[in-house]
Amino acid sequence: MIARFVSLLFDGFAYGMLLFVLSVGLSVTLGMMNFVNLAHGTFAMIGGYVTVTLMRQAGWPFFATLPVAFIAAAAASVVLERVLYRRLYRATDLDQSLLTIGIVFMSIAIAAYLFGTNQQPVQLPSYLTGRIAYGDFNFGVYRLFLVAAALAITAILVLGLEYTRFGARVRACVDNQRMARGLGLNVDGVFMATFALGSGLAGLGGALAIEPMGLDPNFAFKYLVYMLIVVAVGGLASIRGAFVTAALLGVIDIFSKYYVPEVGAFVLYLVMVGLLIWRPAGLFARR
Amino acid sequence: MTAETTGAPAAFNPQDVLRAQVRWHPLEILFWLATLLPFVLTPTYLVLCSQVAFAALFALSLDLLVGYSGLVSLGHAVFFGFGAYAAGLVAKAGWGEPISGLFISMVVAGFVGYLVSFIMVRISHFALIMVSLGLCLLAFELANQLHWLTGGDDGLQGIEMWPILGTFKFDLYGKVAYSYTLIVLFLSFLVLRRIVNSPFGLSLRGLRENQRRMPAIGAPMRKRLQVVYMISGAFAGLAGALSAQTTQFVALDALSFQRSAEVLVMLVLGGAGRLYGGLIGSIIFIVARDQLAGMNPQYWYFWLGLLLVFVIIFLPNGILGGLAQLVAHLRNRRS
Repeated sequence: MIARFVSLLFDGFAYGMLLFVLSVGLSVTLGMMNFVNLAHGTFAMIGGYVTVTLMRQAGWPFFATLPVAFIAAAAASVVLERVLYRRLYRATDLDQSLLTIGIVFMSIAIAAYLFGTNQQPVQLPSYLTGRIAYGDFNFGVYRLFLVAAALAITAILVLGLEYTRFGARVRACVDNQRMARGLGLNVDGVFMATFALGSGLAGLGGALAIEPMGLDPNFAFKYLVYMLIVVAVGGLASIRGAFVTAALLGVIDIFSKYYVPEVGAFVLYLVMVGLLIWRPAGLFARR
Repeated sequence: MTAETTGAPAAFNPQDVLRAQVRWHPLEILFWLATLLPFVLTPTYLVLCSQVAFAALFALSLDLLVGYSGLVSLGHAVFFGFGAYAAGLVAKAGWGEPISGLFISMVVAGFVGYLVSFIMVRISHFALIMVSLGLCLLAFELANQLHWLTGGDDGLQGIEMWPILGTFKFDLYGKVAYSYTLIVLFLSFLVLRRIVNSPFGLSLRGLRENQRRMPAIGAPMRKRLQVVYMISGAFAGLAGALSAQTTQFVALDALSFQRSAEVLVMLVLGGAGRLYGGLIGSIIFIVARDQLAGMNPQYWYFWLGLLLVFVIIFLPNGILGGLAQLVAHLRNRRS
């Protein structure tokens, strides 16, 4: 009983960590530019498909594909930012949401055209599969790997934001964009770099997510809702908020699926709506 | 509008401006006469035409929120779905009279709109987008789980409608269905046109332009927004009821996010904040979907996405907004 509980808790936490990697970029870019980017899931999907393709067509090992997934998603995001997003920074929420929903719809159709609508299987290296047993408790190796990777990424992000020059610029732009511009910071440049970094992380998350979440053309939309929940509930531009919310979300989702499967995603949406009514700016709002 | 008023600042009279908006333009009369053309020109497409008509009504109801009050909603399908299920369930329970069914749906959806408004007036910006989306997902999950009531994934089947007014039976070619939806659409349009040009409608536009100033000059913002949510919900429910009655089926996707997104696309495509935008947008959207999805249903979403991106980037005020700009530009050049 206790063992089952602990391993569910662990699975939920691992799942939450994956959600964190997927959504942290969205949180920062939304907080900085106030740009409602609903196409964040598309970048995650790009990462997933890059990994699948490289592994299957070119026979690359899993780990070698991860940096490529990161770079591919980041590059795609820079192109979109330059060509489309840039024009809408001053537009309304509605226009921004619609533009990015349009991109999501297109990416779903393109993925269906290129790869078909089936789930894409992935063959993980053997040392990442299986489970480690410790007395009554046992943990999936891949889950452990996910948690370790997410914690490493969090550490890099937090330290980078706190102690590097670039991090200071990012914080300045989030806190007061006009002031930062007035002091001569190249806000657009900082934003583009942050945007690329965040989308790259989404791509990496997408590649890591193939095994636990599956990958099909609907990925861009299916997990968008989860990413938005992390961002909205965690509060914009708050890494701590995104981390805690993602962990909670993962645990709630796994527990509700295990103990009350008939209710499905209902609990999750209810919690989200309730939290947003209670604190519209998120649990860890900076402003 | 601005081109007309700036021409003669000395004789500016606000009542004239308002009267000019209320007056029926010849083009409007032409438009409504043109809605009768399908009976003569494309009698085989009347079923599609009735789809256009209830989609247009749905878009009109959203225009009250998005175009006139400046609110964002990614979950307008909630009201459409509630209306559709209400009409379907009433008919399935043995009361197949269509017109009273419409009223029941309107009341149900309007009530849902009123309940939702208590939440919506408290939040704004990103939280508003998320809560409207969240409520839509919640309603979808709820309908999916209540299989015994709604039929879940299989949809609500076995709806039997009585003839309208006891004489006009719904036929296979959609002749009655199109007449019926068109009449309801036209009557609703008259009501909505009256609403948006009333002092109440003007105060909504004021809220859209400046949410802080309107309370300062004495307009109770929350009350106004609650009323507009109720009206908008009621008309969206009416559209849903029409869809349930004319197709005699309610699919679960009446409550889906896709439906919410589609109606936004229709509205933005035509041009929000000018009633006819929703009408024009829904005609173009449904006809395009019929043609493109007929060729290759799987890739319809690609064209939908492309259309969205194109409209947002190149026609920020929709087709009608673009046309209005063109007309104003030509007029300025001449004078």
